[in-house]
Amino acid sequence: MTTSSESLDLQDRARRALEDDFLRTAVRFTTDRLKTTRKTATEQLGRWEDWRERGRQIRAHTVSHLDHYLGLFATNARKAGARVHFAADAADAERVVLDIAKQQAAILVAKSKSMVTEEIHLNRHLEEHGIEVVETDLGEYIIQLAGEAPSHIIIPAIHKTREQIRELFAADGAEDLTTDTKALTAYARKRLRETFLQADIGITGCNFAIAESGSVVLFTNEGNGRMVSTLPKTHIVLMGMERIIPTLADLDVMANLLPRSATGQKLTTYMSIVTGPRKLEEQDGPDDLHIVILDNGRSRQLGDPEFQEILHCIRCGACLNVCPVYRHIGGHSYGSVYPGPIGAVLTPLLQEGPEFEELPYASSLCGACHEACPVKIPLHDMLAALRRRQVERGRGTRGERMAFRGFQMAFSNARRYRGTLRMARMAQAVFGIREGRIDAQFGALRGWTATRAAPALADKSFRERYASLEQDVAIGSSASGTVQTSGADGQLTVGKTEVNRDE
Amino acid sequence: MRVALFVTCLVDQFYPNVAEAMIAVCNRLGVYVDFPEVQTCCGQPAFNSGYVDAARSSALTLLNAFSDYDYVISPSGSCTGMIHHYFAKLFDDNIVRREMAQDLACKTYEFSQFIVNVLGVTDLHAAFPYRVTYHPSCHASRLLGIRDEPLRLLEKVRGIELVELEHQEDCCGFGGTFAVKMADISAAMVSEKVEHVEATGAQVLVGTDMGCLMNIGGRLQREQKAVRVLHLAQLLAEGLLQSSSPKPEVAR
Repeated sequence: MTTSSESLDLQDRARRALEDDFLRTAVRFTTDRLKTTRKTATEQLGRWEDWRERGRQIRAHTVSHLDHYLGLFATNARKAGARVHFAADAADAERVVLDIAKQQAAILVAKSKSMVTEEIHLNRHLEEHGIEVVETDLGEYIIQLAGEAPSHIIIPAIHKTREQIRELFAADGAEDLTTDTKALTAYARKRLRETFLQADIGITGCNFAIAESGSVVLFTNEGNGRMVSTLPKTHIVLMGMERIIPTLADLDVMANLLPRSATGQKLTTYMSIVTGPRKLEEQDGPDDLHIVILDNGRSRQLGDPEFQEILHCIRCGACLNVCPVYRHIGGHSYGSVYPGPIGAVLTPLLQEGPEFEELPYASSLCGACHEACPVKIPLHDMLAALRRRQVERGRGTRGERMAFRGFQMAFSNARRYRGTLRMARMAQAVFGIREGRIDAQFGALRGWTATRAAPALADKSFRERYASLEQDVAIGSSASGTVQTSGADGQLTVGKTEVNRDE
Repeated sequence: MRVALFVTCLVDQFYPNVAEAMIAVCNRLGVYVDFPEVQTCCGQPAFNSGYVDAARSSALTLLNAFSDYDYVISPSGSCTGMIHHYFAKLFDDNIVRREMAQDLACKTYEFSQFIVNVLGVTDLHAAFPYRVTYHPSCHASRLLGIRDEPLRLLEKVRGIELVELEHQEDCCGFGGTFAVKMADISAAMVSEKVEHVEATGAQVLVGTDMGCLMNIGGRLQREQKAVRVLHLAQLLAEGLLQSSSPKPEVAR
């Protein structure tokens, strides 16, 4: 049963966000910009649909043979000198990381941006064990100072304005800071440089893991990923088990799809391919490289015809940037680590249970997410399928169940449909009809009429008017008498019509 | 060519004028439009809320209604999209019905698709001397793949001044039950849509789906904005009446 408090949670958070003008301005501004740059970047590349299809194929192939490629990746990563750990869930992954930290007697961890570490709440866990964690991605650093979670999977601090960032830095000790981008980044850079040099461990995520070479690929724009993965003596990679691509050649496709979809860049500013720890002859790099491969609900999607494709996601955030719901409520309203359309699907799949049941309803099913997805995940279909799954599990309010039982009764037969609507036409008078519209705000109508007028049912439905409708053409006649269906395929041949056709 | 109207429950019950306008336009092009009465609804409200059995029951009325026709035309990109993308899956467990569903999907067209792609007509010799902006519906453009059919029809209308709607691809916030279930978010979406409509200075907002137009129109009414909201078929039918040029000559 969907408890009302849960349904209130999402809606309360959304309501709060809708009243936050700063938030809405910031989110609108940035998502608008990203939408435009993405469009330009995809047009510049050309044949975008072909690129998408190729991306989809690579992801579909890899995910449907994930056991094979994961094994291959682990073998090759170990050959290159990395230590590979498989973690079944968040607790498992945290234990692995903490053990490594304890072995190293680590007191400071430098992190580059990683959603998977957010997913398992790694920072909180490490801090509980007395280990300081510093986020080195600018956006992540900002929200770490604010004590918040990311509200976008690519732009964690999308909801912050410059002035809010200046205030956070001032509270952190910055003096005489302006809201100028250069000044703000210069401050963060100075602070973070100390962290890079002092950190005992660097923790990164993983954008792609190449099976044929056992390499981990990192995309960053600030170079912090490179610092984090080379300066500390130990580098820990956290990756979801589905991050795999088979070959380096496949990275070519992904390196085009991801930055163009995410930020509208042709290429990410820094792309690091990490294969094993520092070799004897090498100058830079960690002594130890650990790769933690996380399941945490992912393998449950394998073999599920409706949801396996969710593992195709390359975490570009394009679906957030085009989503009209995200645009208005921002990321925190979702209440989940992954926000937006991808979050509304992924979260309840990874974490079954009542907590995130409302998420699939935070969508008008407009399909903008599917259209923007560089690997063509049918997110809108999945949202509907998740709703169906909840109905099958007996969730949903009693009122809703009754409403659709009534719908099924009335709409499965035209006579009953007609009768039901005739009754509704009489009943609607209680709402008060003025010039064909209803403004009364009570009952089931309230959600609608609080902000917009509702139309009244027409005095006579179309089906009641059809019989008296005069059509000044013969029954079964077509455009010119020469338009006919030909053959079994139902293809139309249009004959010598001259005036009406334009081609 | 036997053409049937899939009226959609919304147009049937709230906007019968839209269906009549469609028929008027088709008649002008020499096409008689039949209306099989056993149809009710494509089932989308139930389907999108997760009530698949309810959706299937009402979808079945369409399979039965249209089996004898060559073409089925509908005033909604969304309901047509439902038939195209979900009907075959809905009847997956019954081979006869699945084939009926596939057959229905092949021959069902949204109004502007039918006029432009099937009849091959873009110039209806209509006149409509107003400033007009067009809202492309999400399901029409994304599910069904309608891109410029409505615009090609509109561009040929005499005297019309078409203005592009900013952020036109953004959903208006209707989304069926979403509008009620997530009323605040939906309200924010439709308010922004109305701002964009207003910014065009258009006298008329035109679209291809009455769900979206009911939503945007309801908000315009509440804000007491003087923008007329019309389905594409209504605009064209009105344009036919206003047109001073003779009825398009059709070779017989």
